[in-house]
Amino acid sequence: MSSVLIKDLTLKYDHLTILDKLNMDIAEGEFLVLLGASGCGKSTLLNCIAGLLDISEGEIHINGENVTWAEPSERGIGMVFQSYALYPQMTVEGNLTFGLKNAKVPKQEIVKRVAKVAEILQIESLLKRKPAALSGGQRQRVAIGRALVREVKVFLFDEPLSNLDAKLRADLRIELKLLHKRLKSTIIYVTHDQVEAMTLADRIAVMKNGVVQQLDTPNGIFHRPINRFVADFIGSPSMNFFEGELVAGDSITFSTKDLVFNVSNYEFINTGAVSCKASLGIRPEAVLTGEHIPENFFRCEISVELVEPMGSDTLVWTKLGGENFRFRMDGKASVKTGDKLTIGFDPSSSSMFNAETEDRI
Amino acid sequence: MVNNHIVPNGPKPKSIFTARNIMLYGTLFVVAIYYILPLYVMIVTSLKGMPEIRLGNIFAPPLEVTFQPWVKAWSTACTGLNCDGLSRGFWNSVQILIPSVVLSIIIASVNGYALVNWKFKGSEVFFAVLLFGAFIPYQVMIYPIVILLREMGLMGSLWGLVLVHTVFGMPILTLLFRNYFSSVPEELFKAARIDGAGFWGIYFRIMLPMAVPIFVVAMILQVTGIWNDFLFGVIYTKPDIYPMTVQLNNIVNSVQGVKEYNVNMAATLLTGLVPLVLYFVSGKLFVRGIAAGAVKG
Repeated sequence: MSSVLIKDLTLKYDHLTILDKLNMDIAEGEFLVLLGASGCGKSTLLNCIAGLLDISEGEIHINGENVTWAEPSERGIGMVFQSYALYPQMTVEGNLTFGLKNAKVPKQEIVKRVAKVAEILQIESLLKRKPAALSGGQRQRVAIGRALVREVKVFLFDEPLSNLDAKLRADLRIELKLLHKRLKSTIIYVTHDQVEAMTLADRIAVMKNGVVQQLDTPNGIFHRPINRFVADFIGSPSMNFFEGELVAGDSITFSTKDLVFNVSNYEFINTGAVSCKASLGIRPEAVLTGEHIPENFFRCEISVELVEPMGSDTLVWTKLGGENFRFRMDGKASVKTGDKLTIGFDPSSSSMFNAETEDRI
Repeated sequence: MVNNHIVPNGPKPKSIFTARNIMLYGTLFVVAIYYILPLYVMIVTSLKGMPEIRLGNIFAPPLEVTFQPWVKAWSTACTGLNCDGLSRGFWNSVQILIPSVVLSIIIASVNGYALVNWKFKGSEVFFAVLLFGAFIPYQVMIYPIVILLREMGLMGSLWGLVLVHTVFGMPILTLLFRNYFSSVPEELFKAARIDGAGFWGIYFRIMLPMAVPIFVVAMILQVTGIWNDFLFGVIYTKPDIYPMTVQLNNIVNSVQGVKEYNVNMAATLLTGLVPLVLYFVSGKLFVRGIAAGAVKG
């Protein structure tokens, strides 16, 4: 059964369309990440699901119930915000119980739930403190706790880790993943951080201008991006692109001004190979160097222009066919500017996009 | 001769009489004198007897301190037919002040809160129109209000004046509260809505406890404004319920008999006492409230 179902959701301000006919079906227990640059409408969508924004058209169903016009508190959701949004004048305990008291939950039940949540999040010792006396990480735990005590099936997270420093963010990320495994609840999670999206999500919805570009598993998004925007947006460093011509003949080739790739084994979607102007994208991770390059790979010799050592691996910048080209090498590899290297990659396992529509072909 | 080897430690003491200091403190001193001197004359005069005042030396301290003028100003000075001093005016003012301040602050704070968090169609226009009210000179509206109050049967009553004060406080107070509440992070409001709190629940449980400093600011603004009001008081009430300022004017400007400068000074000081006390008591909170909202969070 679907846990959250969104049908043709549209949001307009006057004549400005913020969200355009969104459809989404989120399964029970699924961890869905809404990913996109700022201003793409991901937080807006979350606010619509929460009922904090009235939508213009469409329907929202949560747990099989049409909640399009229900109050936020009656939708069976819990929400965690980027700025924590703890009530500053209340203690941690007051923050946790505020919603339950509003919902007239019996006193014993409140005590039981607070104790349980405090134990899960290890905030028992903080219950009597005010938010101002907590660190950032502790505050976000309390904010998560405030969502958990509601004992709902759907949780909404609005960039919950963005305000934390890098180390704490990584720690809490793991905790969130464990928490999701333990609670088995549905989570819709908004972020602009790719790493968070990739590591946490069962499925990722990449958004742009209020439209979902691709809704797929992290793997699918990374290896089979549906259009050039997704391909470019996901991955750091981003994909290398070559502009050129796809020629479907006896053997299918992709040729730029200076280079010709054999893409006979490329998995075309639906239509198969049709000659057209196209761009070919190679992930920096897909490039091999030295003697390990298999026979059927495209191979060539390049000269290194710039080296960015990152510890675990090394990023090498070079020029290929007149275009900037970057690829990853082992962190232990010793290369320096000016070195000559033989590199190779498999054009058939790349991504190709129609130059006009920018869709995958 | 023992301390020969000790090297002086720390920065050299700076000379106090630098040109900068003389300018700075000189200016401050002159300005302070400018404001303190009239106050000094008032206090000194109010403590003198009339024979001493007639000597004409207004800066001299009283030779014989007497509190008689204060007592007279409070309880026996005559205005028209009433000879019970300022006390009547004081209690009238209190009766006008308390409901006006409470009402205007309650309404304005709810206004501000609603304008920030519960935007409705045309709420911006509503706010703009309300603000416009702050720029219209009061004098323009005196006569229309007379007619309005007459039609409502409130002309010449305490509640009529309370209504006028409440309405005239609305633009500036609403602006004050709106700006304060818009500095409260929006997510806090969203969180409270998800927690099932409604319009009043969020107002009383979340917003109100956070807005104490701005309430103090609003209170000080209203108390001083309404207490010091003369125009509305004299126009919209009748002699029995004249506020203290009007009564003070009547005492000071009465033309029969001898001008009792000492009583006049005492009466003026008594009238100014309420706002002064309020400033002293809540000065710190006032500053904090004015500064709040300047920095987000």
